[in-house]
Amino acid sequence: MATRESSASLNRRAFLGVAGAATGVAVAGGIPAMVAAQKAPTFPKGTKLGILEWVSFVPASDVEFKRLAAEFGKLAGVDVTVDLINMNDLNPRIASAIETKAGPDIIMMISNWPHLYADGLADVDDVAEEIASRDGAYYEHNKKVSVVGNRWKAVPLCSVPSTWAYREDWFKEAGAGKFPETWDEWRKVGVALKKKNQPMGQAFGHSLGDPNNWAYSVTWGFGGSEIDQSGKVAINSKETLEAVKFTVAVWKDCLDEGGLAWDDSSNNRAYLAGTISATINGASIYFVAKRQFPDIAKVTGHAQMPKGPGGRFYNIGGQGRAIMKSSKNQQVAKEFLRWFMDRPQYEKWMAANDGYTVGPTPYWEKHPLWERDPKLIPFREASKFGRWPGYPGPPSRKASEALVKYILVDMYAQAIKGMKPEDAVKWAEVELKKAYTA
Amino acid sequence: MADQRIEPILAERASPGASVLPAPVVVAMPEARRPTRLGQLLEREHILAGALLAPTLIILALFIAYPFLLGIWLALSDKVVGRPGSFVGLENFRVNLNDSIFLRAFQNTFIYTFIATILKLILGMLAALLLNNHFRFKRIVRASMLLPWIVPTVLSTLAWQWMFDATFSVFNWSLMNVGLISKRILWLGDGVLAMGCLIAVNVWRGMPFFAITLLAGLQTVNPDLHEAAEIDGANAWQRFWRVTLPLIKPIMLVVVLFSMIATFADFQLIYVLTRGGPYSSTHVFGTYAYEIAMRAAKLGQGASISLFLFPFLLTVIVFQLWYIRRND
Repeated sequence: MATRESSASLNRRAFLGVAGAATGVAVAGGIPAMVAAQKAPTFPKGTKLGILEWVSFVPASDVEFKRLAAEFGKLAGVDVTVDLINMNDLNPRIASAIETKAGPDIIMMISNWPHLYADGLADVDDVAEEIASRDGAYYEHNKKVSVVGNRWKAVPLCSVPSTWAYREDWFKEAGAGKFPETWDEWRKVGVALKKKNQPMGQAFGHSLGDPNNWAYSVTWGFGGSEIDQSGKVAINSKETLEAVKFTVAVWKDCLDEGGLAWDDSSNNRAYLAGTISATINGASIYFVAKRQFPDIAKVTGHAQMPKGPGGRFYNIGGQGRAIMKSSKNQQVAKEFLRWFMDRPQYEKWMAANDGYTVGPTPYWEKHPLWERDPKLIPFREASKFGRWPGYPGPPSRKASEALVKYILVDMYAQAIKGMKPEDAVKWAEVELKKAYTA
Repeated sequence: MADQRIEPILAERASPGASVLPAPVVVAMPEARRPTRLGQLLEREHILAGALLAPTLIILALFIAYPFLLGIWLALSDKVVGRPGSFVGLENFRVNLNDSIFLRAFQNTFIYTFIATILKLILGMLAALLLNNHFRFKRIVRASMLLPWIVPTVLSTLAWQWMFDATFSVFNWSLMNVGLISKRILWLGDGVLAMGCLIAVNVWRGMPFFAITLLAGLQTVNPDLHEAAEIDGANAWQRFWRVTLPLIKPIMLVVVLFSMIATFADFQLIYVLTRGGPYSSTHVFGTYAYEIAMRAAKLGQGASISLFLFPFLLTVIVFQLWYIRRND
């Protein structure tokens, strides 16, 4: 164990050595420059910085974020406060911060929220572009959700990708040496597994994460989409219909029928209790298994979403951090984001996340943490297949409305409950047209 | 008691055209501390009343009237988070009436409210009648009755969520073990069943309020009346129907109306258990308004969904006030 740790830390050092050399040019301003030049902080005494974050599903992530924020506070002579709230409470807090022009200076953005709140957010073009010029271009989904019009409204921070977590032992027993590559193969294995009372699991209730993961990813995978590139509603297509028919069929053949009542945490519990053989999820299932159910962790593998006729996709909006337009500390806030995203700091935060988050640029695919546990490698790759709600159209407020109304999820759920797939697709078309024209 | 000091004024009013004023009457007043200007002002009844009422009025204006008027303005505007809204008349209401999810929420709100209220009344009355009898540990039982009502809704609802869980439901486990079912019931996986579960949890939470309030009403009923009715040959049901019920009717009506208002506006319970799912089959006004206003950032549209409650709540409140006044 000691050997593994020291080798990991050596790797990290070696990585940082390269990173430091590469960053040399970028350290041209802000806190990194202050540290390098041993300069005193430049912000007036009493300057404050408020940051609003979610309570991460990886506790070590919060601890490291707070530690880094405090470190920045010391370096810059700024009084930094980090508030952590539940993910579900972020929307009301952001709305109230924007409307009252008071509250935190930096707020976490999930998926296409920068489009939803663009009018209340400051431009952060300089910071976002500086990072891209240093680390390389952002993943497309990270960029798409952060740029509104032609201005950066959030600095892309990471993605929290999902993959299929599956029981390698049960899949082998069902005749699958590895996780299926295509949806057809997936169905064959799924049928065999369900016959052995080891169904796969997928949520179709009202919960923002998992149900939408299936609804968007599978629709795209079969070649369908809610809108086309120009933003016109395009759900009523033979591709979408195929995706719905496929879902209805595998609901009976392959999936656990509890899924209609599931929320984002139900599949985690079911998998860890051994009642399902596979499910789409972030790395949290595996992390909990490693801590509490090591036997399950040993036989758990991760694999990419099967390919459909339209390709392989994930509904990953990515995360960013935005600065409030009303903030009086915009300069400090930008310095914090610039400093946090700088390699020595970001590397520590990413390591604390242990594979739960993926960096916003392919640069971070080289991070040694991916070598620590090969089981996590699919998460690193998943970001490449990430798309945003509304793809292939542009991200927008309207796409958010379609998302919160669970139109795609309900299209699948109603078909599962017995509505004719054709009628379910037509229902979705009517509702999407209202959302996209309202 | 006529005050001599006002006589000159009265005299002037009596003869406004008189060119010569009557000589002022000087009255020797006992020596007293001259009231301050503020004191003089407060001596006037309407000013004193206004001053005493002002704090309440300010609080009502700030925390009730202003949010209410703002809500009306938002409902009539296209306000979204971060942008100033402009007046759009009844457009938001037109959009709502054309929205199948809203119409479902509308229907659900009424089903949820009426069924839950009726069940709470019946079960609350039964519990109150039982608790009105003498038995051992009466006080402990009465106090523990209130627990569901006292425990924070989110907390108790999370416990219910676990009991309705598709995989780990204790109900399914028990029913399977006694051989009543062979396949698990998906409590929250079917629209109708999920609505039934929501109503059941609402009844569980709200019934103690009915029971304790009705119990208070029952204890005011004079036992002599029951005795007299018994002597006249009335059986237990007749005594309840003809004696008890008419006497506790006012309190019963007030409880029902209060409960209806709270149930109409319920949010937490449904949001924790189903978030309006599956397939938007359990949305009520509160949950749908929240999704639209907070998650889609359409404050105007969200406010218009909430405001649909207003006419119904207003009717309930007007009826309530009318009834209470009539009984006064």
